[in-house]
Amino acid sequence: MQQRAFTSLPAVTQQPVATLPVLRRLAGYLKIYRWRLIAVLGLVIAGAATSAGGPYLIGRAIDTAIRLGNGPLLNTIAVALVSIYAVSAVATRFQVALMGSIGQRILARLRSEIFATLQSLSLRYFDQHPAGDLMSRLLNDTDVLNQLFGQGIIQVLGSLFGIVGAIIAMLLLDVRLAIVSLLVVPLMFFTTALFSQISRRAFQRTRESIGDVSAEIQEEITGVRVAQAFNRTALNRQRFAVRNAANRDANVSAIAITSALMPTLGILSSMAIAVVAGFGGYLALHHQATVGTVVAFITYVQQFFFPIQQLANFFTTIQASFAAGDRIFSLIDSTPDLTDHPNAITMPPLRGEVVFDHVSFSYGSRRTSGLPEAGDEPEPELVLDDIVLTAKPGETTAIVGPTGAGKTTLVSLIGRLYDVTSGAVRIDGVDVRDVTRTSLRQQMGVVLQDSFLFSDTIAGNIRYGRLEATHAEVEAAARAAHAHEFIERLPQGYQSTVGERGGRLSQGQRQLIGIARAILADPRILILDEATSSVDTRTELLIQDALRVLLRDRTAFVIAHRLSTVREADHVLVLQRGHIVERGTHDSLLAAGGLYAELYRRQFRDDPAGSVP
Amino acid sequence: MVVLVQLRRALIYLRPYWHIALGSFLSLVIVSTANLISPQILRIIIDRGITQSDTRTLIWACIALIAVAVIRGIFSFTQGFWAEKTSQSGAYDMRNDLFEKIQTLSFSYLDQAQTGQLMTRMTSDVEQVRVFIGNGAVQLASAGVMLIGSVVILFAANWKLAIISLLTFPLMAVTIGIFVVRIRPLFGQVQAQLSSLNTVLQENLAGVRIVQSFAREPHERERYAKLNSVLLQTNLQAVRALSNNFPVFFFWANLGTAAAIWFGGHLVISQQLTIGDLVAFTAYLALLIQPLFTLGFLGSQLSRSAVSAGRIFEVLDAHNEVTDRPGAITLPAVEGRVEFDGVTFRYVGDERPVLSHVSFVAGPGVTVALVGQTGSGKSTIINLIPRFYDVTSGRVLIDGHDVRDVTLESLRSNIGLVLQETTLFSGSIRDNIAYGRPDTPFEQVEAAARAAQAHDFITSFPEGYDTTIGERGVGLSGGQRQRIAIARALLLDPRILILDESTSAVDAETEYLIQKAIAQVLRGRTAFIIAHRVSTVRNAGLILLLDGGTIAASGTHEDLLRDSPLYGEIIDSQFGRQTGRVEESPPTPLLAPTTTG
Ligand SMILES: Nc1ncnc2c1ncn2[C@@H]1O[C@H](COP(=O)(O)OP(=O)(O)OP(=O)(O)O)[C@@H](O)[C@H]1O
Ligand SMILES: Nc1ncnc2c1ncn2[C@@H]1O[C@H](COP(=O)(O)OP(=O)(O)OP(=O)(O)O)[C@@H](O)[C@H]1O
Ligand SMILES: [Mg+2]
Ligand SMILES: [Mg+2]
Repeated sequence: MQQRAFTSLPAVTQQPVATLPVLRRLAGYLKIYRWRLIAVLGLVIAGAATSAGGPYLIGRAIDTAIRLGNGPLLNTIAVALVSIYAVSAVATRFQVALMGSIGQRILARLRSEIFATLQSLSLRYFDQHPAGDLMSRLLNDTDVLNQLFGQGIIQVLGSLFGIVGAIIAMLLLDVRLAIVSLLVVPLMFFTTALFSQISRRAFQRTRESIGDVSAEIQEEITGVRVAQAFNRTALNRQRFAVRNAANRDANVSAIAITSALMPTLGILSSMAIAVVAGFGGYLALHHQATVGTVVAFITYVQQFFFPIQQLANFFTTIQASFAAGDRIFSLIDSTPDLTDHPNAITMPPLRGEVVFDHVSFSYGSRRTSGLPEAGDEPEPELVLDDIVLTAKPGETTAIVGPTGAGKTTLVSLIGRLYDVTSGAVRIDGVDVRDVTRTSLRQQMGVVLQDSFLFSDTIAGNIRYGRLEATHAEVEAAARAAHAHEFIERLPQGYQSTVGERGGRLSQGQRQLIGIARAILADPRILILDEATSSVDTRTELLIQDALRVLLRDRTAFVIAHRLSTVREADHVLVLQRGHIVERGTHDSLLAAGGLYAELYRRQFRDDPAGSVP
Repeated sequence: MVVLVQLRRALIYLRPYWHIALGSFLSLVIVSTANLISPQILRIIIDRGITQSDTRTLIWACIALIAVAVIRGIFSFTQGFWAEKTSQSGAYDMRNDLFEKIQTLSFSYLDQAQTGQLMTRMTSDVEQVRVFIGNGAVQLASAGVMLIGSVVILFAANWKLAIISLLTFPLMAVTIGIFVVRIRPLFGQVQAQLSSLNTVLQENLAGVRIVQSFAREPHERERYAKLNSVLLQTNLQAVRALSNNFPVFFFWANLGTAAAIWFGGHLVISQQLTIGDLVAFTAYLALLIQPLFTLGFLGSQLSRSAVSAGRIFEVLDAHNEVTDRPGAITLPAVEGRVEFDGVTFRYVGDERPVLSHVSFVAGPGVTVALVGQTGSGKSTIINLIPRFYDVTSGRVLIDGHDVRDVTLESLRSNIGLVLQETTLFSGSIRDNIAYGRPDTPFEQVEAAARAAQAHDFITSFPEGYDTTIGERGVGLSGGQRQRIAIARALLLDPRILILDESTSAVDAETEYLIQKAIAQVLRGRTAFIIAHRVSTVRNAGLILLLDGGTIAASGTHEDLLRDSPLYGEIIDSQFGRQTGRVEESPPTPLLAPTTTG
């Protein structure tokens, strides 16, 4: 059973990122571009060659043409110089263009993959992960990779190439000196490895802390109205500042580590040069090497260490990228706890028989705000306990009961938004776990307890369940939901945008759109979870008339606290603390005088002295 | 230039940290100097140490080389570290400012805003600016200094050659200019498209239940993929602009060198210049190229962060229509008289008013019930009392004070509110109930929960009040959430209580208990209750019947029954049809379906 973890981050953070797997994954993305990468490498080499050619030609110009007063030669060299610069410019042009486009394409692919992953995860996953943190992976972590793919790879390639070239030249020139000067190299590797080790956690923390910041931002933006209503803004600011500061400090301490690497390598390379100079001087003194060789050698040693320093310079980006890549890949790799069975079939067109066969369900154990501790996990509570019910095709089943009884939970299991803990939900005799979720849900329509609209037009929202619906159909659905009237009154009618979460409509209007959306989807199974709780009673009665027609030959589940709306149901189930405590029809239940009768009478109690404030 | 204005403003964020920034800059100067010295030491090693076999010099020079490296190391550390510290501190302040601004934005702004948009600005855009103001600015400054320095040296060395080698300067400037002009809108588009991408993402996360229930994942993926590929295309355009202009820029810079060598060479040949001078001159030319390249690279970074800075300031500068006016007073102890005086109200962007000429007076301690059809303006009216929006015309008065004349804080702290849409926060249940007064003792939290009929279900959880709930109250049922929201408002012990359909998701039994408890609490307080249920409404001291944004009728239940046909119609619609259908005749004729506040 999964744990619930909301703002506190999962325990994974204790482990440092393993570099190799992340590297391998990133390399995997580069693989499809292998030919282009080879071209980039070629261009990097060409660029390096030409940029080495510049100073060489200038030297030649001074040493030969100018010193000897050879004007025509000078002209020739000048032309050669200009052409070399031109070649270098062209090489750079293509190198930047190629690498840039590779990087951007990989990023776009990563973004799509992350989004696709998010789309395949179950509700349980979203119950547990702050939306802002997930967003941060798409937003900030990919941004970090952008830097890696942008100039980073070119620089790494260029540096590596430079290092190899210098080593070869050194070995060819003088093996002894080469060995002496390369003595520090293992030391450098060791230092770099050490620094990566230390900085890895630090960079992980930077990625996590920006995730925390994003989570807080997203939650506080969505809740800002309440914050203002409750005068909480000052306090929220303080709270945000704490997380914000944690992010700042994480970054500063990560940089503290990486900015120490470069100087350390710099000192090491200076020591190497000093050693070479000393040793070379000694060799020259004893005539075991020519002065020219030693001098040339010192130049190569410098050339050798320069790219190493450049690599070190780039160290920060690499470390940050690994941390970011790790977060991205861990999201992409998160195994959905609710997947289509490998042999899942497509749900055939539904007749609409729904059976709950001894279904029990638990959301998993609740977690306190304190630190999670292994071992003292409370028993997961059963939200639904041994539910047995059968709804025949075309029947309307009403589910009533006190709040928190498990009504919403029960209906979420029909569309397999969650998997049952034990027992089975069968539709037309098929276990919902044996069919693809899409084929199942496409034949269902729901009106959820809190109506969620997309920031789209009204027409777009109604059409959400069936994109190909014509305007006439959209309008018919709106009429059935009694939304047409108010939509027509809006200046842009069906083309009015509703704002984020439908914020520019009144609550009741949002519900009407939600009903229209479900009606238009033309489902075999319709679920109405308090679909009219915010609608005034006059409109509600009108909608009920419409629904009566609509529900006639569909299987429907209706949840309502206004019991007047459930009176016509074929069955009424009374749910209490996860158990079905009564079942029957409205009349039989009233006659039985149990919980239903009590709830019903409570509604009509009209005790002027007590009930009204 | 607009670019520079935005960036200058961004740089102001560094002001409190100027000494760290200066430290970083000075470190950079020292590092650069060390970089200049090292080759000289090497030359001594080669020329005197090795070539002339001067062992003493060799040893000393080697030691000096290492010493310089150590010094350079120390300062390159401080340079990097301080630069990061400065930029992170600046970014920290910038984010705090944005957060503060967003927290105080008026509802009309929020109605138009999108969470994904605002989030992008607070994260991605701040980061873009940070990258520049951190390292970029320091490097820019040092490149500038180096550039000026080397130009001076060049002119001092040989002004003719200097002019020749600087001939391509205008070309470079033009190239950079073209680049900036081309890239700026692209970067603007990139950030804007990134925002839309995040808006889709944010919406998908918030509406995941709907997306999954309607099996719309493929559609959403496609929507995202489409925006993603638009973003990719813009990014590729930016890459193209970069790759088309930068090599050209570098080419011009190099061309200057070539020209200087060629021209200088001919001067030497015609003996107007010594070869030594020319060699020295080319050495200085190399000094010129480096900062030029740096400037070129920073050019793109600069325009990118300028765009982001612009987007940040757009939010920071957003006009906030609802703010304390200068000299606003603290609302004195509230009695609770609420008056609407000819209030007309229009939402931003709408032509037609949602409320027109609404006038009523609610005396202290009176319970006002608002009834009316969906969309008739009930929630809008109560939104004006805590001044979430400013009226378009007319006045809202509390105890005779126009709400625009008192501080928001003092106004809102007297009002307890249960909004129609329940929003809870991730955290413990206890923190959620104590939201308005975090330091409230536990007994009061519990008392509020009891009054809201929430205590029982809370204590049925193993962790009780310490149970953590998720964003927006994930983990609670609809009715449980509403009761937490009621407890949250009751805890404030406000003089004015507003309940907007606060029990719509609660069963009849619980609702009845809540009403009884609230009746206790309400004694002597002014209350606004929005409800569809007549039984709640009929005992209210004042019933306002809204129809299409106007008060169609007002008075007590009896007044309205007598005077208002519409009210009668509502009552009839509630039980007229029910009595027809129900066999057992209920205890009273009030067969209203239940929803009330
Ligand atoms: N995502 C979740 N994670 C953990 N627990 C949950 C979750 N959703 C609901 N619960 C718990 O499960 C129980 C049943 O909730 P459910 O939403 O099914 O109730 P309900 O009958 O629909 O109530 P209401 O009438 O208030 O909507 C409640 O105790 C609730 O706290
Ligand atoms: N933020 C907004 N921006 C623009 N128009 C709005 C906004 N909020 C509400 N409206 C419009 O104003 C009118 C009144 O809305 P209001 O929310 O006050 O209705 P209500 O009486 O509370 O309805 P309900 O019973 O459905 O909650 C509606 O037509 C609605 O579309
Ligand atoms: Mg529910
Ligand atoms: Mg409303």
